[in-house]
Order: sequence, then structure tokens, then C-alpha cells
Amino acid sequence: MLEHIWLIPLFPALGALTQLLIGRRLSNKAVSAVSVGLPGLSLLWALGCIVEFFRLPSDVHVFNKVLYSWLPAGAFRLADGSLSNLNVHVGFQLDPLSTVMLLVVTGVGFLIHVYSIGYMGHEGGYYRFFGYMNLFMFSMLVLVLANNYLMMFVGWEGVGLCSYLLIGFYFQRGSASDAGKKAFVVNRIGDAGFLLGVMLMAVTFGSLDFQEVTAQAISGRFPVGSSAIVAICILLFIGATGKSAQIPLYTWLPDAMEGPTPVSALIHAATMVTAGVYMVARSNALFILAPTAMALVAGIGAATAIWAASIGLVQNDIKRVLAYSTVSQLGYMFLACGVGAFGAGIFHLMTHAFFKALLFLGAGSVIHALSGEQDMRKMGGLWGRVPTTAKTMLVATLAISGAPLFSGFFSKDEILWKAFSSPYGSLLLWLVGFATAGLTAFYMFRLFFLTFAGQSRVPHEIEHHIHESPKVMTIPLICLAVGALAAGYIGWPKILGGSNHFEHFLEPVFENPRAMPGFEHAWQSEFGLMLLSVGVALAGFLVAYFWYVKRPETPQLVAAKARPIYQVVLNKYYIDELYDALFVNRAKNLGNALAAFDLGVVDGGVNGVAWSTRMSGEVSRFWDTWVIDGLVNVTAFVVKVMSYPAKLIQTGGVQTYAWMITLGVLIFMAYYLVHF
Amino acid sequence: MIPTSYYILLGSGLFTIGVIGVLTRRNVLIILMSIELILNAVNINLVALSQYFRSVDGQVFAIFVITDAAAGAAVGLGLIIALFRNKETVNADEIDLLKW
Amino acid sequence: MLTLTAFGILSAVALVSGVMVITRRNAIHSIIWLIVTLFAVGGIFLLQHAEFLFAVQIILYVGGIMVLFLFVVMLVNIDVALKEAQFSRQWQLGLFTAVLVFAQLAYVIYKIGTGLSLPPQPPGSEPAHNTQAIGQALYQTYMLPVEIASLLLLVAMVGAVIMAKRKLE
Repeated sequence: MLEHIWLIPLFPALGALTQLLIGRRLSNKAVSAVSVGLPGLSLLWALGCIVEFFRLPSDVHVFNKVLYSWLPAGAFRLADGSLSNLNVHVGFQLDPLSTVMLLVVTGVGFLIHVYSIGYMGHEGGYYRFFGYMNLFMFSMLVLVLANNYLMMFVGWEGVGLCSYLLIGFYFQRGSASDAGKKAFVVNRIGDAGFLLGVMLMAVTFGSLDFQEVTAQAISGRFPVGSSAIVAICILLFIGATGKSAQIPLYTWLPDAMEGPTPVSALIHAATMVTAGVYMVARSNALFILAPTAMALVAGIGAATAIWAASIGLVQNDIKRVLAYSTVSQLGYMFLACGVGAFGAGIFHLMTHAFFKALLFLGAGSVIHALSGEQDMRKMGGLWGRVPTTAKTMLVATLAISGAPLFSGFFSKDEILWKAFSSPYGSLLLWLVGFATAGLTAFYMFRLFFLTFAGQSRVPHEIEHHIHESPKVMTIPLICLAVGALAAGYIGWPKILGGSNHFEHFLEPVFENPRAMPGFEHAWQSEFGLMLLSVGVALAGFLVAYFWYVKRPETPQLVAAKARPIYQVVLNKYYIDELYDALFVNRAKNLGNALAAFDLGVVDGGVNGVAWSTRMSGEVSRFWDTWVIDGLVNVTAFVVKVMSYPAKLIQTGGVQTYAWMITLGVLIFMAYYLVHF
Repeated sequence: MIPTSYYILLGSGLFTIGVIGVLTRRNVLIILMSIELILNAVNINLVALSQYFRSVDGQVFAIFVITDAAAGAAVGLGLIIALFRNKETVNADEIDLLKW
Repeated sequence: MLTLTAFGILSAVALVSGVMVITRRNAIHSIIWLIVTLFAVGGIFLLQHAEFLFAVQIILYVGGIMVLFLFVVMLVNIDVALKEAQFSRQWQLGLFTAVLVFAQLAYVIYKIGTGLSLPPQPPGSEPAHNTQAIGQALYQTYMLPVEIASLLLLVAMVGAVIMAKRKLE
């Protein structure tokens, strides 16, 4: 199976092709069968490949399969003057890191596809939705299975495209199509950075293969902190900020909630947004060589985490809260990578995929039950009405808050510990993460209580229709809840008695002899910090309980007391408006200026030529009328004028004529007299 | 003998008088008469020169001139009568229809 | 001597009466003076030994043409004409021009001088009788012009009749 690993992306590609070509004519059942069956097939094949991978000899940590040579660029002069042979292949790589990603993508992806059968069943454009979803699966699988940066970039761009298509799925809604455009444009800015990084990598290393670049980085050819490596890492990270919604390119993710909820779950929670983290983890060897870049990654990760958490505190749309939560959790992952704990970051990526997808699908189930209502102020008291949804959402909320024994606890704790204890970490970074954990617990339970607990604030006409979702939607919820619960156990930390299989599993990918010396601090510190994080999560839960269950009027009072702060946070710190003024409108101005140039200068030139042709016609006409005809008229005029004196001769009087005869005689005679 | 140039001078003088008459007088009858004067002056010249050249041709020519004068006078007077009938006038400068 | 005196008197009469012709107010008077002029001119002819021409002048010119003139003058209303202006408005111009012409002619004659005297008679040729000579010339050399002249007179006669005819209504 491993030999044909390329089938894994191919299956969903076939699904996408089918929907593209004949999907319109297929029945919903047929569309479902094709487009959910094929990702299912991918999942099975992936499992098979992974099993085979485990059976490989223990010293083999990488499986590489090249299909064909894509860009044989040939002799290539590097930045330092040496010659190299640049060759980019279409190839697939399976190693522990991509195994994790593969499982997440195919597993969670398949579950969400199943869920969508129920969620999108009554929507128009059913085949279109699944076509785009399959296309997305294909691109994401190419991204995680690629064995070089350029092919990864192909998948990177593909998921960006599918994100645009799916966010703007309800394209007749202006806000949806705008959100799609925003996502794509902001992503593009990141992609520019990524591409520059890849180009710089090509001229620095002479290769774009993961294995070759890693080998060169480890080999000691480049000193720590060499400017080329730092530049590459920063540029790659810019790409990651775009794709994974970090500061400053996160503004598209909240707007992306315009898309259908399964889209939000799959793309903007579990898979696409994690591509940035995956890429940074894949390039760990490079980042280790650039401490400046690491600091940048950690700093931005931490800042984004707390920034997004603070905005999520006051949002009223259930999906918005989850969107900001995603941005915040991604910040955690980057924080982990930035302090050198790449394994912890990937661990959190995996657990987050489970509980965030579950949260989104659950929210979708609630929205489905409430016939489309998304404002939490109009929810409440749903615990008994939608039991399965409510219970699975509780599991997810506990997981994301870091409640002990749930998956989120293990991964988040790992990150906080590493932030504190790593040579790249600091107390400040830990503090930010710690505060964010508290905020996370608070706003997640706020969401939970507002939706499910207390009195029902649901409008009367919707109340009657509240119903639990069908099995096709609830079964994926249950599966994900199991994952949210259990996925953490493979990362059971050493100090609590486990052997942290996960970290161990990923070691081959992240080993680097020149990396940071051991993380060893006293186990007491780790345990102490663990207790502190549990404590802060509990504090968040209690405050939320008090504010939203015991004394529901409290939030209004607090908001009234701190009205200006409340307004600023509610409006997302006016970042969108700032970006509009600084960049978006400037770009529009440039567009208008160019359009004006085109209309004025270019079209003006064309019009000018036409005008000048017309003018030359006018000149000709003028010439003809005034000069040519003028000459003729002047001649006639001169003749006429000369006739005036001539007319005077014709008096009609005979005597005058007789006199003229005499005059003639006189003149003739005079002539002859003179000459003879 | 009388020099021929005297006769020619006489003829010129009479001719001039006739021309003056044609150019100056308004009455068409007087004009016609002035024309007769001119013709007679010509006749004088002819005869004088016929005597000088001792040839009779000049006098024959003079006969023809008289014949012409008669014809011309006849037609001219007929014209004057027709003119008088139409315009009630015999003044030359009142007959000016043939102009621009 | 005699001839010179006769010439002088005749030419004076001719010139003076010529002037009178063109200056009289009354047309009848002009005609009378013209007759006098014609008689003087006839006398000149006689002086030149052109007897036939003198006879023709008197009979034809005076007796025919002048009578015709008289008749026509009487047909035309002369009472009105007597009261009107006699000379045209540009009479100075005409006078001046005619005088110039005369000056030129006089100059020519002056140039010739008196060289135009009568040459001596070639020996042996007796001048024939004038009338006989003219008759011979007319009916021999100038036969064709005679006929044409008669045709001309015919045309003139017809023309005059037509000209003076009253239109039939």
C-alpha cells in the first residue's frame, strides 16, 4: 500500500472531478456516495500505509516515494557561488510528522464529510459543496504528503483556493463573497512571503527537498544565526501567519464564518489553518539555526493567543467565539514551535483538531436545531432539548479549557511547561500563555452556559422546531468526542508516570544534535506549573458559572461600567478598520488611479488618435471650403469686381459709342505717327 | 495749281466738323446730317487724290460713296421715324435701353 | 490765281456752313445750311474738273437726300425739340477728342508739306472728257460694284419702307 501512497490524495481528487463534470445531474444520494465514500477510502488507505510504515525496520524513519521529476532545473548557481543541481520532484514522504497530519486530515475530514450529508442535505448546490470539499481534501493531502517545499506550496495554494470557494459558498450573499475575497487576499500576502522564502531556500541550499534541506542544516554548513537562514525562516513564517491566521494576517478567519459550519470545522479549525504549524514544524532544522526567527515565532504566537482570546470574550455570535478561539489556540501552537517544542506544538495541533472540530460541528448542530439562529443572546436552556449535541459540546469545552484527563489538558500543559523551561522560552511567554488559558476557560464556558444552560431566550416561533440532529450528524460528534477525550493519553507526560509516546514518536523528525540542550528542570517545577494551569482553568470556569448561571445580569453591569473598553473589544480593537484605511483603501486608490490612467491616457490616446483623424478631416474640409473653393470664389469675385468699371462703358448711348470709336481712331493714329 | 494738300486739309476740317457734330449734338437728325458732312469730306479727299493720280477711279469711288450715303440716309431716317413713334423723342441720349 | 480765289471762297463757305449745320437749334435751319455746304462741296468738285460728280452731287445729294431729310424733320415733332437742350452733357469731351484728331491729321499734312503738288502732265495724253471717262470706268472696270450698289439701294429701299411702316393691329 505504501508503494501507492499517491492514491491517498487521488481518491478525493476523483471525487472532485466527478462533481465538477457530472455532479449537477447526480442525485443527492449519489453525490454523497461518491464524495463521502472516496475520502473514506482515503482514510482506509492511509491507515493501511501507516501500518506498513510501522512495520518498516526501526532505523528507517522516512519513507520517500518519487513519482516523477517535475522541474529538472539542472545546473544552478547558489548564493555563495557554488554550483548545484536543482531538481524538484513530484514525490511523497511519510515520516512520523506527516503520519500524524495524515491521520488528522483523513480522520477528521471523513467525519466532517459524513456530518455534512445531514447538515447540507436541504441546501442548494449540494454537489458543488462536496466537489469543493473533495478538492480541499486533495489539496490538503498533497500538502501534508509532499516531500519538497514546492509541492507543499502547490497544496498550500490549493487549500487557499478551496477556502475561498467554500467561504463564499453562499455567494449570493454579499457578506459571504466579500469574506471569501478577504480570505484569499490576506492569504495571498502570506503566500508572497512563503514563495520568497522558498526562492531564497533554493539559492541557499540548491534543493527544495525536505530531507536534503534538513541534512544540510544539521550538517553544520551554516553558522547559527546566519542571515540567509534567518531571512528564510522569517519569510516562511510570514506565509504561516497568513495561512494560520496569526498577527497581523488573522483578520480573515472570523469573517470566514460566513461559510457553512462544516467548512468552518474542517478548514478553519482542524486542517487548513494548521498547515502553517505543520510547515514550521517541518522546517524545525532551519528554525533551530535562527534564534531570532524562533523568538519572532514565539512572540507572535503568544501575542496572538492572548489578543484573540480577549476579543472572543465579548462576541455574541457562537461561531465568532469559536473562530477567535481557533486563532488563539493556533497562537499556542506557534508559541510551542517558537520555544523549540515542536512536538508539543504538533500534539496540541492534533488534540485541537478533535475538540475544535467537535465544537464547530456541535455549534452547527445547535444552529440547525434553532433553524439558523447564531446569536447566543437568543439561545439558552437547550441542555434538555438537544442532549447528544449538548453532551459532546461539554466534552469539547472541558477539553479546550484544559480540564485534567481531557486531551486538551495534556497538550496545553506541555506547551506551557516548555514555554517556561526552554532555553528559548521565558517567564513572560509562560505568563501570557497562562493568562490566555484562564481566558480560554472563561469564554468557552460562557459559550456553553449561554447556549445550553439557564432560561431559554429563544424566540417563540423557533422554539417549537427545536429538535436533535439526525444520526448522520450526531455520530461524527460522538466519534470526535471520543477523540477529544482519549487523544491525550498518547502524550501522557513522564512526570505523571507515562512515557510520553507521542514525543518519542516524533523525535526522529525533530532530533538535532545542535539543538537546545535538554529541557531538564526539576519535576517539581513542571508539577507546580501544572497545578497552576489547572487552577486558572478552574477559576475561569467558576467566573463563567457565576456570571452566566448564578447571576446572569452581571455581564451587563460590567459592560456598562467599562463601556469604552467593552466597545473597543467588541469591535475587535478596530483592526479591520485600521487595515482598511492603511492598506485596502490604498490598494483601491491605486486601482482607481490605474483605471484612470487606462481611461485617460490609454483610452485617451486611442480617442486622441481618433480625434486627430477627425480633426484632420476637419482641416481638410476647412482647406477645401476656404482655400480651394476660396480660390475659385476669389477668381469669380475678381472678375465681378473688374466688371464694375467695365459696366460703366455700356451706357446704351450711341454718342458714347461714337466717341469711343473716335478715341480708338485717335490712339491708332497716334501710334502710327510715332512709329513712322 | 492748288496743291493737293490744301484739298486734304479742307477735307480734314470738314471731317472734324462732322465728328464734332456727331459727338456733341443730341438731336439724331443733326447727327445724321453730321454724318453726311463726314461723307462729303471723304468725297473731297477722293476727288483731290483722283486728280493727283490723274485717274478717274477716285471719282468712281466718290459716286459709290454718294450711293451709300443715300441708302444709309434712307434707312436711318426710317429708323428715326420708327423710333419717334415708340419713344416720342428724337434725342440720342434718351435712347439708352441697350445697356447693362 | 482765279482758281485759288475760287478755292478759298468755296472752302470758306463750306467750313462756315458746316459749322452752322451743327450749331443750329432748329433742324430745318441745319438742313438749309447743309444744302449750302453741299453746294460748296459741289463747287470744289467742279474746280477739280469733276463735272459729272458735281452734277451727281447736286441732283442726288441735294435734290434727293436733303429733301428726304426735310420730309422726315417735318414728320418728327420739332416744336418740343426746339425747347430742349441741344448739346449733350459730355460735349466738351467730344469736342476735345475731335480736335485732337484734327491736330493729328494736320500734323500729317504738315509733314507732307506742299510736296503734294500736282505733277506735270505726262506728254501726249489728252485728258478725256470727265463724264466719258467715268462712264467708261463705271461700265467696264467697275461693272460689278455698280450692280452691287443697285442691290444695296434696293435693300435700303425695302428696309426703309419696313422701318417706317405702321404695325398692322
